[in-house]
Amino acid sequence: MPCTQRKLTTGILMNEMKHSPNNNGSRLATKEFTLNMGPQHPATHGVLRLVLDLDGETIVKCTPYVGYLHRGVEKLSENRNYLQILPLTDRLDYISSMSNNIGYCVAVEKLFGIELPERTEYIRTIVSELSRIANHLLWLATHALDIGAMTVFLYCFREREKILDLFERLCGARLTVSYPRIGGLKNDADARWLEDVLAFTDEFPGRVGQYETLINKNRIWLRRTKGVGVISAEDAINWGLSGPTLRGSGVPYDVRTVTQYGMYHKVKWKICTGKNGDIYDRYRVRMDEFHQSNSIIRQCIEQISEGPIMADAPKFTLPPKDRVLSDMEHLIHHFVLITKGPQTAPEGELYVPTEVPKGELGFFFVSDGTGKPYRMRIRSPSFVHVAALPRLCEGELLADIIANIGSIDIVLGECDR
Amino acid sequence: MSVSAMLLVFIKTILVVSVFLIHVMYVQYFERKVIGHMQSRMGPMRVGWHGLLQPIADSIKLFFKEDIIPSAADRPIFYIAPIIGVIAGVSSVAVIPLWENFSIANLNVGILYILALSSIASYSVILGGWASNSKYSFLGGLRSSAQVISYEIAMGLSLVGVMMMAGSANLNDIVKAQANGWFIVPQIIAFVVFFISALAETNRVPFDLPEAETELVSGFATEYSGMRWALFFMAEYAGMFVMSGLAATCFLGGWSGPQIPFMGTMSGLIWFLMKLYMFIFIYFWIRATLPRYRYDQLMGLGWKIFIPLALLNIVITGLVKIL
Repeated sequence: MPCTQRKLTTGILMNEMKHSPNNNGSRLATKEFTLNMGPQHPATHGVLRLVLDLDGETIVKCTPYVGYLHRGVEKLSENRNYLQILPLTDRLDYISSMSNNIGYCVAVEKLFGIELPERTEYIRTIVSELSRIANHLLWLATHALDIGAMTVFLYCFREREKILDLFERLCGARLTVSYPRIGGLKNDADARWLEDVLAFTDEFPGRVGQYETLINKNRIWLRRTKGVGVISAEDAINWGLSGPTLRGSGVPYDVRTVTQYGMYHKVKWKICTGKNGDIYDRYRVRMDEFHQSNSIIRQCIEQISEGPIMADAPKFTLPPKDRVLSDMEHLIHHFVLITKGPQTAPEGELYVPTEVPKGELGFFFVSDGTGKPYRMRIRSPSFVHVAALPRLCEGELLADIIANIGSIDIVLGECDR
Repeated sequence: MSVSAMLLVFIKTILVVSVFLIHVMYVQYFERKVIGHMQSRMGPMRVGWHGLLQPIADSIKLFFKEDIIPSAADRPIFYIAPIIGVIAGVSSVAVIPLWENFSIANLNVGILYILALSSIASYSVILGGWASNSKYSFLGGLRSSAQVISYEIAMGLSLVGVMMMAGSANLNDIVKAQANGWFIVPQIIAFVVFFISALAETNRVPFDLPEAETELVSGFATEYSGMRWALFFMAEYAGMFVMSGLAATCFLGGWSGPQIPFMGTMSGLIWFLMKLYMFIFIYFWIRATLPRYRYDQLMGLGWKIFIPLALLNIVITGLVKIL
């Protein structure tokens, strides 16, 4: 966009003239208009605060301020044992808590070298893909609403509601699920639940078709999204973007193929990528991921077989109840695990990334051998994406900032941690 | 003018305005129901049967709300702004013929009168945005003034074709001139330009930039609450009615239509209302379907497409008339 570029440079020029001593007011000095957007604003997807310097409607400078939702999850974790940290991870990306839980559990399991039973891996894959669909539905809903398409919002919520109902039936919670456990799951998924998930996947592709008829070829939608907020593949990698935001720029990188977790190696799926790296391509990538996730769930349900759901990991998994009631050692084991949690851990450092709906969620542990992490660092995709926001927005129009925030899919709970 | 004639006009005005305001009140119920069903939900259901009393409940609520005025606001302008909008919206109804030979004022320049009032209505948005002394409102006001300038021209030019066909700017004459066929057929370009400009003129989706909810947090109306906000709301819906009425009158033959049995002259009113509500329905339909235009795209559309199209339409109409 040569036009906006030119505007930007004149803005800077005028700024310089204003400060130069030789300028005796022969020209009217212009001043940027500073607009504070957020932390309470309907379109900043949480408590993101942006300070915008505007020249007319063109953004000269955009400064994001984060931290309004900081709860010190990383610090809190240092005083909790590995079992107790799990519910904190629900509150990172509260839209897809299932994926965060699984990401955390996978990281701890890698640290302790726990092998999971096959059924558990299948169920985890199913729920994390359901969570991906739910997240992308919420993303599409709010992104479309930001651009002004109101109906898509309500259609998406209709389907998201079904997924939340499924979660509720599975584990009792809708939003902050805490369903996976280190070394297994809270409870098994029964056959009827799996049938209902299958029924959902039957109708879901048709629903995606409905959303697409509303916006896919809509001229206004195309004009708002095509060629706007372009990130080149090189920039996307350099800025550390991940997930659909990275793949929209044409980089075929998906952590599901890198970290060994879940049953992604047993099912057929492909990494969806875009080409131009604009808002439209990021939208397309997520729409394609609906179909991929749907197909992963279907294949998992076809392949799943009966079996145990808890791994043989005495440090984390409770002994069977009948043994607890009948013999001393199991009773003590149960008691210690419940009251104190694990007491030792392998020493060392470990970073385990997983693919959550928003990108690469990584847990970095520094373990000093006790049952609590010496340091736990969370690499959250939203934080990295917010950092890329100024470069996306500067030189574009005020309305584009809304579309851009939507397209990089951030949630502030995860960004601020 | 004799006293009795003046009294007649007065009674007519009171009647039409009160009926009109009830329509304005209930059209938002209609809107919520229509959009609700389009979005697979029910719309208002709680107050009264199927939510029929919802508009009344809303009015009562708005009427009794605290009237908050920001301390930095420019008070007199802040007071006046919403009133300008409502007055401009409601006065426009005066010239629209509701049935044969019935309009409160049979003006020779009816179209010009409506165009003038709709420009004045935009002052309410601009002044409201300015007087609130809030940055979001200010941007909303600026957007509105730019939008009005761009689309007013296109709208005015599109109606020139109609005036040329009818040979008059009197809305009654325009309806009568359509006895042999509605102007929507020969003036199809003008109709498209007019309808889309009317969307922009009344700040409706996809041109609702002055109040863009997600960018400007309701734009010019951010700082307004209670009854003052309700006046803005009324002005917007009144504007919608006037534009729909104008579209029905200029392009779909207004009150003309086959005589409905046992209805007498009311037959014309029924035809007029049917046409008017069809347009209103399209307004809602568009709102449920389309995303919002970006500011520069909106200006580009107005200046690069609609104004040339409207001018082309005038040339074509002129050529056809001469030949």
